[in-house]
Amino acid sequence: MSAIAAPGPVPDERRPRMRRTTRARLVRLALYALFVGVVVVVGLLADWQAIKSNYFDADVWRELFPEIITTAARHTVLYTVYSFVLAFALAIVLALMKLAPVAPYRWLATGYIEFFRGLPALVVIFGVGLTIPLAFSGWRPPGGNAGAGVLALTLVYGAYMAETIRAGILAVPKGQYEAARSLGMSSYRTMVSITLPQALKIVIPPLTNEFVALLKDTSLIQVLGFAAAERELTSFASDNIVAYANASPLMAVAVLYLIITLPLTRLVAWMERRGQRAR
Amino acid sequence: MTETRRGDIPAIEVRGLHKYFGENEVLKGIDFHVDPGQVVCVIGPSGSGKSTLLRCVNRLEEPTSGQIFVEGVDITDEETDLDRVRSRIGIVFQSFNLFPHMTVMRNLCIAQQRVKKRSKEEAVEIARRNLEKVGLAEKEDAYPAHLSGGQQQRVAIARALSMDPDMMLFDEPTSALDPELVGDVLDVMRQLATEGMTMMVVTHEMGFAREVGDKLVFMDGGVIVEEGDPHVVLGNPQHERTQRFLSKVL
Repeated sequence: MSAIAAPGPVPDERRPRMRRTTRARLVRLALYALFVGVVVVVGLLADWQAIKSNYFDADVWRELFPEIITTAARHTVLYTVYSFVLAFALAIVLALMKLAPVAPYRWLATGYIEFFRGLPALVVIFGVGLTIPLAFSGWRPPGGNAGAGVLALTLVYGAYMAETIRAGILAVPKGQYEAARSLGMSSYRTMVSITLPQALKIVIPPLTNEFVALLKDTSLIQVLGFAAAERELTSFASDNIVAYANASPLMAVAVLYLIITLPLTRLVAWMERRGQRAR
Repeated sequence: MTETRRGDIPAIEVRGLHKYFGENEVLKGIDFHVDPGQVVCVIGPSGSGKSTLLRCVNRLEEPTSGQIFVEGVDITDEETDLDRVRSRIGIVFQSFNLFPHMTVMRNLCIAQQRVKKRSKEEAVEIARRNLEKVGLAEKEDAYPAHLSGGQQQRVAIARALSMDPDMMLFDEPTSALDPELVGDVLDVMRQLATEGMTMMVVTHEMGFAREVGDKLVFMDGGVIVEEGDPHVVLGNPQHERTQRFLSKVL
């Protein structure tokens, strides 16, 4: 009896499985078809001539050189590096304050971080660039509007990076602190030689992401107004879009941004993959 | 290794030690001492408070009440220079806790240079001597991640020894090791004992406790249930709780 009953359930189990693979194949085919369809429609509808002459005008691209590199890209990188270095120093101080045993330091750091993380960077840039000279009887940050912008980004990114570094410090195993203290190292020495080096290694990927975000936010400084010689990529692009009545400068600048940011984001992805493997 | 080596002041003396974690009383009045040159092994079920007791001795855990004297100095006194006391107590952890961002040599030298203010040359020389002692002279340029657990633990012992401690505390030093690596670490500890090092060892290695220990302390539920000569405690335990524990582990 069982010999007769046995073949029954076998095709029953097999049939839905075959149906499932067929359905999956059909769905995949439909997705490909949709993709090809969209590409064809866009390709037919787009005015390629207009796109080429507006975004990829070879003469305009050529005339942007060398200034797009020597002034614009150089200043984007400079403003980023200045802000990052200063923000990093500020962030370490804030992170240590937030972990301090004395409560008022923690309150101060928490207040600072919450304040600057909660504001749009543009508001802080306006605040530093326009209101500091008003409020502090004409004192201006060194470096004119560019300096004011760098200072504003330092204040904002110091708050972000402080949280990242604090998380890194807390991620160092407690046993490291205990081993150092039981060798007689002071809490300061333990922080400098044992905890911080390991914490910073942990936060290299998120800090690189913040570097990229900071680089993009240097485009906001231009709201304060630049002299021609201190323009960065975005202000350079907007000036030239007007000058040429053409969108090519925007595309050129976009390409330059990507040349800088893509390797960094790929680097972070690689570091994170490697970090996961190590675990 | 008997009571004859007893000095005037105990190396470690604990009086009426209580420790709470929140509402939970982990140590319920411990009186305990280790004499200079003595090897004292502490055994007991997990949660008995034996690691907490060891960690209180250099104040990695803050005692709730009671006094702890290290070579006659009250370390629970706020005036005591804790860093100086700690530099005289070597401590070896269950999880090794080597500094992963430093080579073996740097692991052994950093505290010598920063705390003991030794010159680099002197620190390196002392480090080499101690690495040789634990049988890892050829590993000085390796990073901890490239060593086996047993090797890491022997480096940790060498690191503690490089501070010329007056005593060594071991907090379950072999519990995180693969069985085949335990022997090398116990050999190093045995050698230290024969050299006359004062040692307090929290362990589950009954063989080591019997063979090397001068005194065995059995803890359960935050109190010392029984202590004495290891052969006596292990061979003829007086208390019902000791008997029950030993019947499970021996």
